[in-house]
Amino acid sequence: MQVAEHGTALDPAQWLSGFLQRRREQIAQRWADAALFRTVFTVSRDEAVEAGKVVVDALADVARSGRLEDLRAAGFESVRDLLGRMAAARARAGHSPAQITDQVAELREPAAALLRAEFEDPAGEDAHACLLALTLLTGTLRLVVMETSVSAGEDLIARQREQLLEMTTPVISLWEGIVAVPLIGTLDSARSQVVMESLLEAIVSRRARYAILDITGVPTVDSLVAQHLMKTVAAARLMGAECIVSGIRPAIAQTIVHLGIDLGTIITRTGLADALAYALAQQGIVVSPGPPAGTNPR
Amino acid sequence: MHAPLVSSTRLSLGSDADLARARQQVRQAAADLGFSLVQLTKLVTAASELARNTLVHGGGGHLEITPLTDGARRGLRLAFVDAGPGIRDVDLAMTDGYTTGSGLGMGLSGTKRLVQELTVDSRPGQGTTVTVTDWLRDLPSPRAGAP
Repeated sequence: MQVAEHGTALDPAQWLSGFLQRRREQIAQRWADAALFRTVFTVSRDEAVEAGKVVVDALADVARSGRLEDLRAAGFESVRDLLGRMAAARARAGHSPAQITDQVAELREPAAALLRAEFEDPAGEDAHACLLALTLLTGTLRLVVMETSVSAGEDLIARQREQLLEMTTPVISLWEGIVAVPLIGTLDSARSQVVMESLLEAIVSRRARYAILDITGVPTVDSLVAQHLMKTVAAARLMGAECIVSGIRPAIAQTIVHLGIDLGTIITRTGLADALAYALAQQGIVVSPGPPAGTNPR
Repeated sequence: MHAPLVSSTRLSLGSDADLARARQQVRQAAADLGFSLVQLTKLVTAASELARNTLVHGGGGHLEITPLTDGARRGLRLAFVDAGPGIRDVDLAMTDGYTTGSGLGMGLSGTKRLVQELTVDSRPGQGTTVTVTDWLRDLPSPRAGAP
């Protein structure tokens, strides 16, 4: 193994890159025993060694480019996916991003031990400079892992939030000219905005004269929720549709009264069926038991 | 009744998501103590109003949920603390229909009717603490409360 010569100017980053490539196998072997790799690749040790080699290669790439402190260095791109998967596996096992990055930091020491062994004088200037370069590089790796795991979490949250908004506001056609929105969960400002928009759209596209807002699935009706309901009802009225609020449970009714909210201008019914019956009756539609099969009850 | 009495829980109130969490925690705490559905719904609604006040008017703060025991009586104390601008005139703020924002003006006055005790401690510029105390009502029979 060629050892850095004393006296000549040595570029620590370039030297580090060469060192990582030369010692690829040994470093990967040692990393396979470190907590990060050992706990992610539980099936076989070979798998952990292979993954370790990929990370060593990436670090060597970054060192060659000289951008030791650059999170966006091209070398990291090749392992971002792998690191993301490893971090996700650790996160699923209940580790926080901080704990995961601590495990990344543990990777420095095995490599540093090999690095020191390369120098005749491990306390010398060159050894010190190269060790510093390695420390910088592993510090950057730590940040890359942190960034990967945090952004993965943020993506997931943003995606789920959108899914939730989409999922919880279906507008259902109950009858010709009658639509219903079953509201479920928390009715905050963002949700009620979506509800109002999709309801008003449905009133136009389905030529609805009656719209039923069912709040059976809304656990808490406070003054803000009541205000949102009243605004939705008022907007629907402007579109020429009459709104009926259904699914008001006894506990909610008492709470609304004590809170002092006046829902007197809104037509309310206890259940969705009652609301539908009201809307049908208003349109002069009579549902009556007819002959057993086939014929239209109308 | 079967759940052990835990010491107070502290929740931060800094976003809409925190409000949802605060409601859930209050609901859980009240259910654990055996509150009736009506009383529980009222308390959760009160908590929702006050937590939103803390967020909107107080600029965020925290909620402290404390289970209480007084002999055979059991209750729940909720303290909503913020370090916001404070309430200039508490009596006026407690009036039905009075609002500084765009709400219905029912928050504070209406909330007082939902719970047994409500105290407002506010100094302009120093922040506001609203404390709500609700005791478990109507024991079904004299000894039913014992675990």
